[in-house]
Amino acid sequence: MSDALLRLEGVNTHIGRYHILHGVDFTVPRGQLTMLLGRNGAGKTTSLRTVMGLWRASKGRVIFDGQDITQLSTPEIAQAGIAYVPENMGIFADLTVRENLLLAARQGDLDTARLKWIFGLFPALEKFWSLAAGSLSGGQKQMLSIARAIVEPRKLLLIDEPTKGLAPAIIMNMIEAFRELKRSGATILLVEQNFTAAKLLGDSVAVMDDGRIVHRGAMAELAEDTNLQQRLLGLSMDAHQ
Amino acid sequence: MLHSLLSGDYPRSRPLAAILLIILIGLALTPFLFPGSQPLNTAAKVCIFIILVASYDLLLGYTGIVSFAHTMFYGIGGYGVAIALHSAGPHWGPLALGALSALVLAILLALVIGLFSLRVRAIFFAMITLAVASAFAVLASQLSDITGGEDGLSFRGPALLRRSFQLFEEPVFGIDITGKVLGYYLLFFIALGLFLLALRVVNSPFGRVLQAIRENEFRAEALGYRVVVYRSLANCLSAGMAACAGMLTALWNDYTNPDTTLSFAIMIDILLMVVIGGMGTLYGAAIGATLFIIAQNYLQVLMGQLSEALSAAGIPLLPLLFHADRWFLWLGILFVLSVYFFPTGIVGKLRSLRK
Repeated sequence: MSDALLRLEGVNTHIGRYHILHGVDFTVPRGQLTMLLGRNGAGKTTSLRTVMGLWRASKGRVIFDGQDITQLSTPEIAQAGIAYVPENMGIFADLTVRENLLLAARQGDLDTARLKWIFGLFPALEKFWSLAAGSLSGGQKQMLSIARAIVEPRKLLLIDEPTKGLAPAIIMNMIEAFRELKRSGATILLVEQNFTAAKLLGDSVAVMDDGRIVHRGAMAELAEDTNLQQRLLGLSMDAHQ
Repeated sequence: MLHSLLSGDYPRSRPLAAILLIILIGLALTPFLFPGSQPLNTAAKVCIFIILVASYDLLLGYTGIVSFAHTMFYGIGGYGVAIALHSAGPHWGPLALGALSALVLAILLALVIGLFSLRVRAIFFAMITLAVASAFAVLASQLSDITGGEDGLSFRGPALLRRSFQLFEEPVFGIDITGKVLGYYLLFFIALGLFLLALRVVNSPFGRVLQAIRENEFRAEALGYRVVVYRSLANCLSAGMAACAGMLTALWNDYTNPDTTLSFAIMIDILLMVVIGGMGTLYGAAIGATLFIIAQNYLQVLMGQLSEALSAAGIPLLPLLFHADRWFLWLGILFVLSVYFFPTGIVGKLRSLRK
């Protein structure tokens, strides 16, 4: 088992007067793709946003690469090496594809070799390079959002439901891109509702329900245990097979 | 060369490029094409307002910040030059000192306002800037020993910029090159330089971050950008440019008072110019300012002539409707129509025609 790059220890998060996360504990091993699964409203997005400091943990600790980042500001957390791809395709619609990627490049310019690698993953981005990001299709926007997170090497990628609302063909493209990302050694925490994608991609898994972690283990185990799937995720025997 | 001057930000529409070129050539050749003091005053005001509106667009259009303190910074520039020249005499030294002091004060004040209030929601920031600007206007009227109160300060500019100064004994293309003409070209080139500088800023990595913040500040933060720092810097930059516009106004008019720099009416004019030209594009500032100032200066005259002609023709009611005193009503109607038909401003509309 690899060492943990990210560790959440008893994290509680309140949004206004609502108590959303109740002592969340899980780890993201270095170099692995960890799936964070659960029904709608289970607290998956809140967990990611808490890691990014977009919502502040009211109790507990978030440890990243050996450093306690619980009280750091969002820009500090991003500068520490975490890239976040939000659920709603976090692109800047008025900026071009190129400008969206440049925003994520700390050095001020894009690395040609890495850009070529990204174009290999998402060819549409090369085609629409100078077009306003707002004019891209849903799938292309999602590709841009992920490309922006990987335009420079980051220690950890937090990706929230990248396949949501996408056509099956685009989802397969996306799965291929994540496989390639895994091969590159990236550490990824991926929130996903699509269980087929989760099975194909996940090394380890954490399942949430009602703001708590209710299961942790290897993805392969959960993928094989249909009873467990039904109990944890409400999936029928044939769902997403 | 052109790419570098425009920072790669081309008009992206032929009609737009043509209009901008006409404005540029018109302003550059005003002393020769339209002799007389009124056209020169109008052209000078256009140059000044292009800078003032562009600096405001940097805040509103590019960063998404609504501020009502813009005329305060404009006034600081005007008063800086006026106080220095009024108290120390018509020399370049006091002028430079006054200009520098005003610039530093405007930027510092913008930094303080920004750091203390840009963390709050947009509406509260707008209210804070309104309060600070109102307080400053009251202060400028009350501190009459320094600012001249409601009457303001009249002064003489350096000898080189006075109407009595003649650069050549003979006219050039039929025009006497007086200190006023030299002053106009000083103003024109400073305005052009500041406009190109603003263009450079909005097309730089810094400008990209501002636009990202305007679209979604949380996403910008998640990319590692400190939104408050960037907004404060934009506020400082915008305030510095507004102060420069104020300095040029004072230097051109040879006086400064609350009505010409600090009044809320100017703030409304700036907002109208930004909206008419198109937010989030500096070319919009140039077009909005030019159209508005020309309308402000000549619509009244044209309406007066129309009213007299209608009256002479014996047509009832209409002469009253088009009386020169009603010009603001017609400007208001033109504004409503332009917002209705060009919600993205003239620049947005012209660019969309291309698609």
